[in-house]
Amino acid sequence: MRVLRYWSVSRAGAMQRVYQALERLLIQIDPLLRKIGYQRLEAPFAAVERLLKGWFFDCRMCGHCVLQSTGMSCPMNCPKQLRNGPCGGVRADGSCELDPAMRCVWVEAVRGAAHMPGGERIQVIQAPLDHSLAGRSAWLRELRLRTAA
Amino acid sequence: MADRLLLRHHRLSALGQAEDFDDEPINPGDPLPILPGHHSAGRLERLLRAGVFAITAELSPPDSARAEDVYARARIFNGYVDGINATDGSGANCHMSSVGVCALLTRLGYAPVMQISCRDRNRIAIQGDVLGAAAMGVNNLLCLTGDGVAVGDHPAAKPVFDLDSVALLGIVRAMREQARFESGRALTTPPKVFLGSAANPFAPPLDFQVARLAKKAQAGAEFVQTQYCFDVPRLKRFMQQACDAGLDERLFTLVGIGPLASARAAEWMRTHVPGVHIPDAVIDRLRRARGKGAAKAEGKRICIDILERVREMPGVSGVHFMAYRQEEAVAEIIDRSRALDGRIPWYPGRDRRSGPAPNVESPTELQQEVLA
Repeated sequence: MRVLRYWSVSRAGAMQRVYQALERLLIQIDPLLRKIGYQRLEAPFAAVERLLKGWFFDCRMCGHCVLQSTGMSCPMNCPKQLRNGPCGGVRADGSCELDPAMRCVWVEAVRGAAHMPGGERIQVIQAPLDHSLAGRSAWLRELRLRTAA
Repeated sequence: MADRLLLRHHRLSALGQAEDFDDEPINPGDPLPILPGHHSAGRLERLLRAGVFAITAELSPPDSARAEDVYARARIFNGYVDGINATDGSGANCHMSSVGVCALLTRLGYAPVMQISCRDRNRIAIQGDVLGAAAMGVNNLLCLTGDGVAVGDHPAAKPVFDLDSVALLGIVRAMREQARFESGRALTTPPKVFLGSAANPFAPPLDFQVARLAKKAQAGAEFVQTQYCFDVPRLKRFMQQACDAGLDERLFTLVGIGPLASARAAEWMRTHVPGVHIPDAVIDRLRRARGKGAAKAEGKRICIDILERVREMPGVSGVHFMAYRQEEAVAEIIDRSRALDGRIPWYPGRDRRSGPAPNVESPTELQQEVLA
C-alpha cells in the first residue's frame, strides 16, 4: 500500500529504532534460534517478514534487505529495482518516469535518509542483488552473517 | 588533471590541423599504446587526460540490417568528433544493437563509445559483450541503467534490470583491474576499457545527484556524459557542487547538448522523453522565431550559446551531442562555436594525404570502399 509506504518513510527515524531493537533481540536469542535450526525457521520467518514488511514497505521479498541504507524506502518498488540511486528519468515533480502516480522510490529514500540516524548509509554502494535469495528471510540471513563472525 | 600533453599538430588542409600523438600507430585506427595511468588504447581517453576539450556525438542506430546505413550516419561526424556513441536501445526502442554498431565502426577504426544498458541483458550476457567489445577494439564503455520498457515501442517486453549502472561499473572495473568475472572466475586477458556513465543534473532529487555522481566515480566511472543541458545555471550549480566534492579530479564531464528543431519539438521532448528538462525561456525563444526555417536556426543558436557557456565552466571537459534527426547540424554548430579550436579529430581516411599511408597490404574490401 503506497500510502503506508510513504508514511513509513516519513517515520524513518522511528522505523530505524524499531529495526535496531529487533536486531538486538534477534542477536540475543540467536543461541536459541540456532538450537531450533535456521533451516526450520526459514519458512515462518519469511512469512512474518512478508506480512510485516509487505504492510509497511511494500516489501517484494528480495531476500537482501537494504531498507536501512535507503531511508526506509524499499528499492524493489522501483520499476528498475535500482539499489544505488535514482535513474535519470525522474519527473520534475518527483514522480516515477514509468508510473507517474507513484513518487520516485529514490526521492522518497533521500527524504527518509535525511531524518534517520545512520541516514548517510545511502551513500554506500550496494552490491548487485543475489537473485537466488528471492523469497527467503532477509532477517535470518543478516543474523547468520552477523553472528558468524 | 591534464596529463603530459602528447599531442602534436600538423596542418592537414586549409581547414585546420590534425592532432597526432607522438606514438601514432602505423595503421591509422589501430590501438594506441596504453600510457601509464591510462586504461585504454583509445583516443578519447588520451585527449581528455591531455586536457583537450573533447567532443562526442550520438549515432542513431538504423532499423536495418545494412552496414552502409551505419557508416553513412558515422560519416556525418567525420572530422568533428572524438568519439561516437553507439546507443543500446535508447528510449527502450528496438534498433541495431550497440554491439553490432560497434563491430562495424571498429572495422574502420572509428572510436565508438559503446553504451550498455541493464534493461535487456543480465550479468552473464553483459560481461560476455564487454569481452567481445574490447576484443573488437572498443575502448570506451558507457554503463547505463537504461530506460524502462514502458516508454518504448515494445512495452510488452520483460524488463531485466539484473544490475544497475553503479553495479555494472563495479563489475566491469573488476574485470579490467582484477581480471575476473563477477563470479570470481579468472579472465586470461582483461578488457582494457575507459569507463563512463551518465549523469542527470536536472532531475530530482537534485541535491542527491552529486552524491550519485560520487557513487559512480567510486564504482569506477572515469567520465560521464550528461543528459541534455538547456538550463545552464542549474548545470553550473551542479558542477560547482561536483568540484567542491573533488569530483572534477576523479572524472571527466561531457555535457549533453543538442539543437531543438522547433518549439513544438521541444514541448514534445520535455513531456515525452524521460529526464529532459527544458526551461520555458528556451521554448519561448523558439516560439518567437517566425518564418520558414527560423525556429531551426534559432535552435542551433541556442545550442551554440549553451556550448559556449558550458565550455568556460570549471569541471567541464567536453560536450556530447545528441542531435537526433539533426545530425548534419552538429558540424555547423561545432564550426560556428569554434569548439574544436582548429583541430581535426581523427577519422578513417583523414591522414590519407598528409599523414602516414594506410597499410596497403591489410585493408579489407570494406576499408577500401570507404577510404576510396
